Amino acid sequence: MSKIVSLQNIVVGFDGENVLNGLSLDIHDKEFVTFLGPSGCGKTTTLRVIGGFVQPSSGNVFFDGQDITNLPPYKRQVNTVFQKYALFPHLNVYENVAFGLRLKKMDEKEIRSRVLEMLEVVGLKGFERRDTTNLSGGQQQRVAIARGLVNHPRVLLLDEPLGALDLKLRKEMQLELKRLQQAMNITFIYVTHDQEEALTMSDTVVVMKDGNIQQIGSPIDIYNEPENAFVASFIGESNIIDGIMLRDFCVEFAGNEFTCVDKGFAHNELVQVVIRPEDIQVVPAIQGQLTGVVKEVIFKGVHYEMRVEQAGYEWIIHSTQASAPGELIGMCIGPDEIHIMTRTEG
Amino acid sequence: MIKNRKLAAPYLVWMVVFILVPLAIVTYFAFTDKAGNFTLENLMIIGQYSTVFVRSLLLAAEATVICLVLSFPVSYFLSRQRAAKQKIFLMLVMLPMWMNFLLRTYAWMSLLENNGIINRILGFFGIGPFQMIYTSGAVVLGMVYNFLPYMILPLYTAMTKIDNSVIEAAQDLGAGMFKTLTKVLIPLSAPGIATGITMVFVPSVSTFIISRMLGGGSNMLIGDLIELQFLGNSYNYNLGSALSLVLMVIVLLCMSFTNGFDDEDMEGVV
Repeated sequence: MSKIVSLQNIVVGFDGENVLNGLSLDIHDKEFVTFLGPSGCGKTTTLRVIGGFVQPSSGNVFFDGQDITNLPPYKRQVNTVFQKYALFPHLNVYENVAFGLRLKKMDEKEIRSRVLEMLEVVGLKGFERRDTTNLSGGQQQRVAIARGLVNHPRVLLLDEPLGALDLKLRKEMQLELKRLQQAMNITFIYVTHDQEEALTMSDTVVVMKDGNIQQIGSPIDIYNEPENAFVASFIGESNIIDGIMLRDFCVEFAGNEFTCVDKGFAHNELVQVVIRPEDIQVVPAIQGQLTGVVKEVIFKGVHYEMRVEQAGYEWIIHSTQASAPGELIGMCIGPDEIHIMTRTEG
Repeated sequence: MIKNRKLAAPYLVWMVVFILVPLAIVTYFAFTDKAGNFTLENLMIIGQYSTVFVRSLLLAAEATVICLVLSFPVSYFLSRQRAAKQKIFLMLVMLPMWMNFLLRTYAWMSLLENNGIINRILGFFGIGPFQMIYTSGAVVLGMVYNFLPYMILPLYTAMTKIDNSVIEAAQDLGAGMFKTLTKVLIPLSAPGIATGITMVFVPSVSTFIISRMLGGGSNMLIGDLIELQFLGNSYNYNLGSALSLVLMVIVLLCMSFTNGFDDEDMEGVV
């Protein structure tokens, strides 16, 4: 796949503090890429560098092989959907969507057909004459998306566009955005702090923290093979405990030896072990590889979340069967469910 | 709603006593002669003063346009600053208004005089002296200087409501600086522009101090003319009332023209 956007050693500083520390990243054409991370990790800044709203203090931005580092936003072939939609309050829905085409001096018939087509795509047919200020959040969001897509950009940048919507609407819009991206066959670069959103929509997830990239990979890779404790704890819930890699395919943690599928670590190397809460099997105490006492049981709808104390460590277990608090239970962890990472601080 | 109307009562009384009654008196005088008989003569002879009217309107319009051109960029700059900085800059804008109006205008007299400070400094470099005081330019300068804050404040207020992301959105969609200005910034500042124009134009068109002090005898404005009818040698309050009435109609026409732009929300605008 060809690269459409390429960032090389981007450094951005605000008030003497670096928001991005030499970030490098390639984005492939026609992918749905998500920048994921906690607030202040630099994900929005990275997006704004691509959009041209933030000038990096050093480093280069390439678009389709051309250096666009010093190109102003209005000359870039990307369009942005802003966090607060940023619709033009003095223009109606039709004029908002037509704004970019008008600037290109396209003829009125062409503008009309493209605007109406795009409004239909985002489900706002018949809203042309409506005032944008009277629309609901979801509708405003659709106008903002249509306003960007109508220009047929090669890349659409989306800055936490669903942040202000309620959960149900957000889930609908997630699927719709994914559908739109596939239908238009262009690159979407999406910024969010919501890991579930990232996993649902993306082809590629870029996990960021403190202005650095932590991991780049498909949602499945990021979830199943986190590269460090930060990624493991940020994406979904996990039990992360220290262990020792005794030899290939054998790891010791929580006072027991486990068979695993990882190899290639040094003999007795100190590692961190990641086990997802849903991957721990609850069995009668005598059959368990580990035994612990149930401290707390919380009903979560699809499953129960249990906190189990075992040798001073509190395990989180997701199970469809509830155990009683105070009960002694056994825990089994299959070799496939154990993920080994090199130990990092923090 | 509870009887909120009662809250407006004090102002209603004020309005009747100090606005409606005087207006009625002015109208009465405008249509009567000295003996108190009905006449249209006062209004008919106003034609003689058309040059004064035209001059007043032209100079006021000039001052308003200059204020607008000066204020627009500065207001935009102000509205993009951080809140703490905005307060400091706003105070600087208002600072001259804390000083007495007459004093400020006197200061300009001593600056612009033929052997005033400016001419003396220029003379030091072998330039001039220039005739600056008692010109129409000096009158416009006085108007701009005194009324500039009344343009900056409403513009600034309107502009603080413009979110940065809206401007970025315009750039994102392909608008350069000029298109962003004409397609987004100016339309969104329209309520402030309309208020600013009214608040500068109305006092400019009716001023008499500025023209008397900086314009000398040759730049008489409507305000001076009206003043002459009441306090001056010509003492003719019937004509003075008629002049005031005509001026009021002109101002109302101008205001209804600008108000066409600001039918949107105006709350918070001075």
